[in-house]
Amino acid sequence: MFEVGKIRQDFPFLMKAEQSIPQLVYLDNAATTLKPQSVIDAVVRYYTESSVNIHRGDYALSYEVSNAYEAVRKTVSRFIQCEANEVVFTSGASAALNLVAYGYAEKVLKPNDVILMSEAEHASNVLPWFRVAEKTGAKIEYLPLDEQGVMTVEGFKEALHDKVKIVTLAHISNVLGAVVPIQEITKLTHEKGAIIVVDGAQSVPHTKTLVKDWDVDFLAFAGHKMLSPTGVGVLYGKFELLVQMDPFLLGGGSNARFDKHGHVVLKNPPFKFEAGTPAIEGVLGLNAAIQYIEAIGFEAIEKHELELKHYAIEKLKLFKHIRLYNEAAQSGIIAFNVEGIPTQDVAAYLSSLGVMVRAGNHCAKLLSEIIHTQETVRASINFYNTKAEMDIFIDALKDITLEKCIDLIF
Amino acid sequence: MSDLLKDPLILRQIIMDHYEYPRNHHLVEDETYHKAHMASESCIDDITVMAKIENNVIQDVCFDGIACTISTASTSIMTELLIGKTLEEANTIITEYYKMVELLPYDEEMLQEAIAFHQVGKQANRIKCATIGFKAIETCIKEHKNDQ
Repeated sequence: MFEVGKIRQDFPFLMKAEQSIPQLVYLDNAATTLKPQSVIDAVVRYYTESSVNIHRGDYALSYEVSNAYEAVRKTVSRFIQCEANEVVFTSGASAALNLVAYGYAEKVLKPNDVILMSEAEHASNVLPWFRVAEKTGAKIEYLPLDEQGVMTVEGFKEALHDKVKIVTLAHISNVLGAVVPIQEITKLTHEKGAIIVVDGAQSVPHTKTLVKDWDVDFLAFAGHKMLSPTGVGVLYGKFELLVQMDPFLLGGGSNARFDKHGHVVLKNPPFKFEAGTPAIEGVLGLNAAIQYIEAIGFEAIEKHELELKHYAIEKLKLFKHIRLYNEAAQSGIIAFNVEGIPTQDVAAYLSSLGVMVRAGNHCAKLLSEIIHTQETVRASINFYNTKAEMDIFIDALKDITLEKCIDLIF
Repeated sequence: MSDLLKDPLILRQIIMDHYEYPRNHHLVEDETYHKAHMASESCIDDITVMAKIENNVIQDVCFDGIACTISTASTSIMTELLIGKTLEEANTIITEYYKMVELLPYDEEMLQEAIAFHQVGKQANRIKCATIGFKAIETCIKEHKNDQ
């Protein structure tokens, strides 16, 4: 039984936020999420009870922590439906996408090969590919999007051709929340002999991820956008692709042996990609985060988040001064503008009333031509948000004016 | 300064006016202008300021770009303040403006309409907005000096 009031008690930030005057309403969950006590405890427990390194020590405690760390690979593999040795821990989704770009794509792409992406992608899923294209002579192509930033399977089919070797897409866009039909896209991609890289930063926290059913080749996501500490993320890759892929970071922990002549034997995946001491507390925190999410279940999470989104959309629609950009998107992201008021002023005004949202282009700088605006205000929902919080957000927007925004500086 | 000028309603009017009808709001195709593109300051503001400096005098300043109310209005006011000033006068005005933004004592007469931002320093997250145009003109002046 999903009880949001009970869930909120697990989040110390929310308990404090409710007591603040004005009450703080956190609606920037696409940027990062709040942490439940169980995640905080996992981090603190590591530092207070077992703060030693992994994979090295010959003493019992290091052995225990190593086991706990490796067990998280199993947790993640269960969570996204893959094998434990297909889970590479990274510092986040950006690091994971960069690893695929430099470690895999740069190795296999030839001049005039095509990397197919969308203009709604986050900088983390654009800039590494620009660099790889520059280095290999491959070309970047964009698939068509409609004015709500939505791609269609038909449009994708038209954009796909024999030269396309890599397709890279966010499962859910961080600006417009559009959901990509990943399974169908993956099938079409494979029919052309290309591979697909999925940026799961906005989807893995909010909807069930099934990499094996979908047959995707790579998937990246960040822990901190799904309750875990910052500094940890995951790259999933099909094992045979991980074998082909090179690490772009070398050092302790990634090699089996090396000699003074420069002969290096790397470890097998996933270990060859994890040079240096990782964010151990982050990985242990990720474990607690996944357990927390699994206990609630994605069915309840999705239902609640979409309910809140639709509730807000229905009310905001009635305001003539609000322009909505993604009414139809089936995710908890609301992209909007207030007529005549720049996004930063809207965000500052909402902030003065306790409501935290993001303003700007949300790192998706290619999107402006599609939706005909340089910037949007983004409110992003997580399962711990409530209808009462949405009401505070909606009420704040009801009588917003340029004058009120400017008056904030007096 | 008279108390009237510190009336928030009047100051708000100044900002509204410069936001809705920004002065010198255009760019020019002219190689003799110095140009400063301020896009890295934040994720949002993307302003280009151009300045023509001749015989030690700022002959013209203009700007364009996408920015919030505070950035647009403060840059618009900056252009009006600095056109026709010698570089020394401009530097003094810029220095006084920064003092005001940092909530330090400053010369009100010198800043004219820019005093509309005299309280902006209390909103730490808006200081960047209120100074972006001034930072840009400083860059233009520096470039001019380097060229000399």
